Formats: sequence, structure tokens, C-alpha cells
Amino acid sequence: MDNKFLRNLYMVPYAVWIIVFVIAPILLVLYYSFLDIHGNFSLVNYERFFTSVYLKLTLSSFWYAFLITLISLLVAYPTAYLLTKTKHKHLWLLLIIVPSWINLLLKAYAFIGIFGAYGAANNFLEFIGIGSRQLLFTDFSFVFVAVYIFIPFMILPIFNALNSLNPTLIDAANDLGASRWTTFSKVIFPLTLNGVKTGCQVVFIPALSLFMLTRLIAGNRVITLGTAIEQHFLVTQDWGMGSTIAVFLILIMFLIIRLTGFRKRGA
Amino acid sequence: MREKPSAAGKTFLIIVFSILYAPIFYLIFYSFNSGGTMSGFEGFTLDWYRELLGDTRLLIIVLNTLVIALLSALIATIIGTFGAIGIHSLKKNKGSILGLNNVLIVSPDVIIGASFLILFTIAGMRLGFYSVLLSHIAFSIPIVVLLVLPKLAEMNPSLIDAARDLGASSWDVFTKVIFPYITPGIFAGFFMALTYSLDDFAVTFFVTGNGFSTLSVEIYSMARQGISLNINALSTILFLFTILLVGIYYMLTQRSGLRIGGSFRR
Repeated sequence: MDNKFLRNLYMVPYAVWIIVFVIAPILLVLYYSFLDIHGNFSLVNYERFFTSVYLKLTLSSFWYAFLITLISLLVAYPTAYLLTKTKHKHLWLLLIIVPSWINLLLKAYAFIGIFGAYGAANNFLEFIGIGSRQLLFTDFSFVFVAVYIFIPFMILPIFNALNSLNPTLIDAANDLGASRWTTFSKVIFPLTLNGVKTGCQVVFIPALSLFMLTRLIAGNRVITLGTAIEQHFLVTQDWGMGSTIAVFLILIMFLIIRLTGFRKRGA
Repeated sequence: MREKPSAAGKTFLIIVFSILYAPIFYLIFYSFNSGGTMSGFEGFTLDWYRELLGDTRLLIIVLNTLVIALLSALIATIIGTFGAIGIHSLKKNKGSILGLNNVLIVSPDVIIGASFLILFTIAGMRLGFYSVLLSHIAFSIPIVVLLVLPKLAEMNPSLIDAARDLGASSWDVFTKVIFPYITPGIFAGFFMALTYSLDDFAVTFFVTGNGFSTLSVEIYSMARQGISLNINALSTILFLFTILLVGIYYMLTQRSGLRIGGSFRR
């Protein structure tokens, strides 16, 4: 029963999966990035990528992803901190996570209604006397909805980091005369930095590649790297250029993971 | 850390929670609006639910989505569990295999979708049910592996030695020792794979052909055309369904002591 062949047979599907669905797709994207629109081998896509149009696109995509990550962090950190102090904290955490399990498209769709010309947001603005204005199809609505969608993913790792913090360290800092701010900046924050890094990683990378939000909420006013890839693959059918952008997105992804280290979400 | 949140802290939490839930309840609220728009509630009606239930095309899409989710989660769980057992038994190269395993978890959906589209096109596969199913299996496998591995690591290796010493065959060792021990991890993996599949939009959007659609893709094309309260009615039903899934998942994780996790992507 124990021969080597049988013992390794069960691993075959997994090995096939790694070769076909992990390694092959990356190599294919790399290969296609060297093909021009007629299928000839060339470097034209890379030349195009380094023109001002695509560099501007990359920069603006980075800027939006940065904004989204920063705002998420600024909201998520205090939320996670306050959550660790509540009774039944795990139940509250679950309630934070539940919205992230609702289909993304439905949440985006809800905001089409809320930010619409006669939607709840404009009614509220009327009510407080600012008056209604165009909300949908603006940068503001794009960033707001993106932050809304990503915030649970930022809260979760920070919560776990705060939750595993040894409370005696804070007592010790207090006993040694540290002010609340010193305790936070010298003890709590450095010890939860790994949670913050994980949160930033799981928000920043998807934020670079969002494409349905840019279409539904930003009305094509915001173009991210993801939108550009989708455009090239499904609209203009220029798979070569799409692959080239994908190659750069993959490179950026590896760079960010090198900087922040791979962690399972929530670890 | 034992101190209670201050009044300001509580207010902050209340604001965060209400913003998180407002859009969901907004959708549900207007699903009962006879006015036909998501502004100005005119009167209570169940018409949208009736219309939804009468829409056979949409019901077929819901069915497709469920079939894809259950099948892909099941197959991904089987392949992923055996993969995790394999990785666990490796003496060397564990790190690099795990690295490859995690590629699809950290990759943005757009990249997965685009590269799978190239893959299926080169392989000469018609886009439709099977391409979507294969993609969903592919992106669910790594999370199953990641949820099963810690359970394997927890297991005392002398359990297996003891079973062998007592004359158990490899099959017995697997079914009677390893499998019962890692079951909570397998279930958690299955549920995570299920939510991945139900939640996915971007990958499916790339690899689905003209004749086949899942719910996310359908909602996207409906939403691009504007507001239709059928979607609201649908979201109420999906919300209740999600709450049910979350409840089951919560019970499982409570029992197995695993940490609660949201889905990785999106």
C-alpha cells in the first residue's frame, strides 16, 4: 500500500493547479505583453507604457489608491481600538465584517441611489442648508464608496493586532509616567504596526485595480490601472497593451508585498 | 485596555456602524417602494418581489450562481485539502510552494481574470459555464490550503505513528486520524470558497461568454442601465441569505477556535 507512487498520487491535482492556473497565466501575460495589436513580436507596448498618457494614468491610479488607503486607515484604527474595549468584542467585530460579505455590486448599486440627484445624500445636504449638488460621477463619490467597501478589511487585521497586545505593557507605560499620547505612539502603535501593514496591503493592491466602481460610481472620470486593463482586454481587444499594464501591476504588487511582507488576512 | 470607551468613542462607533449598514438597509427599504425609484417613498408594495419571482431568466442566473458556487467550493476543498496534506509532508521547498499558493490570493481580480481569459483562449476553450467553474475552483484552492494547513500543523505527528504502529493502512490513517482532526479547517475552507465564489465579479466578468451569466455580472449590467427595484428586492433576499451563511460560519469558527476572516479580495 505504501509505495511512493500511491503516496504522491493525491498531490497530482494540486500540482496541476499550480502549473496551469498559477505559473502558466503569469507566463502568458508576460508573453502577450510583447505582442503588438497584430500579434507580432515587439516592444511597442512598453514604449507606449512609458509615454505621458500611461504614466499619468499610473500616477493618478496610485494617488487614488493612496487616498483610499489613508482614509481607510484613519477611520479603521480608532474603530478597531474602540472595538477592543467593548464587551462582546468578537460579536461587534463580526457585525463589522458582515457588510463585507454582501455582494460588492449591490453595495455599489445602493450608492447609485444614495448619491443620485434626488437620493438620500442630497436630501441630507438640502436639510442642513448646503443645497443639493452633483455627487454621483465625482472623485468624491468614488473615494467614499471605495473606502466604504475596503474598511472592514482594514479593521480586521488592526483589531487582531490590538487584541493580541499584552495589556500589562500599557499598564507598565502608565506606571512609568507616560502620557496617553506617548503610550500610543511609543507602545501601542509600534506593536500593532504589522496589523496596519497587512491592512494597507489588502486595501492598496485592490484599490489600484478597481474597475467596476470607476464605471458605476465615478462614471469613467477616474481611470485606474484595473480599468485600463479591462478596457484593453474587453473593449479595444488590444490584449498586448492590456498585458503590459498587467505586468506592471504584478511588479507593483510584488514590490508592495516585499515592503509589507505577506500575511494572511487577519493574521 | 479594560477601560470602557468614552462617550465620544461610542458616538464614533455608532457613526461607523450606521454608515456601514445604511446602504444595505437603504436598498431593502426601497425594495418595498411602489414609486419605482430609490428616492421618495410612495407606498408599500411587494410588486418587485412578485416580478422577481416571475423572472425566469433571473432565476436561472441565480441557480447558475449557486451551482457554480457549490461545485467550485466542493472541488476546491478536495484539491486544496490534499494539497495542504502534501505541503505539510514536504521536507524542503515548503516556502516556495506556499509562495506559489498565495499568488492568486494577493493578485488583483483584474489580473486573474485577464490571465485566465488568455489561458482559456489559448487552450481553445469556449467561454461559458466550464470556464467560469474552472476559474472559481482555481481562485478558491489557495484559501482552502491556508485554512487547512494550521490544523495539520497543530496535529501531533505521533498520532500518525501510533496509528501505523497499530497496523493502520495509509487509507485508514487518512480517514480515521488525519481527516477527523482537520475537519474544522476543511469546513472553514469550504465556506470561504463558497463566499469567494458567490462574491466574485471581476474574474467571472472576464471569463464568461455571451450565453452564461452569474448574479454579480447580471447585477452589473442591470446597474449600468440605471435603477431597477428588482435589484433591491433581490438584495433583500441575498442579505437574508448572507446572514444565514454568516451565522453558520460563525458557529463553525466558534467551535473550531479559528479566527473570523472576511474574504480576502474585493
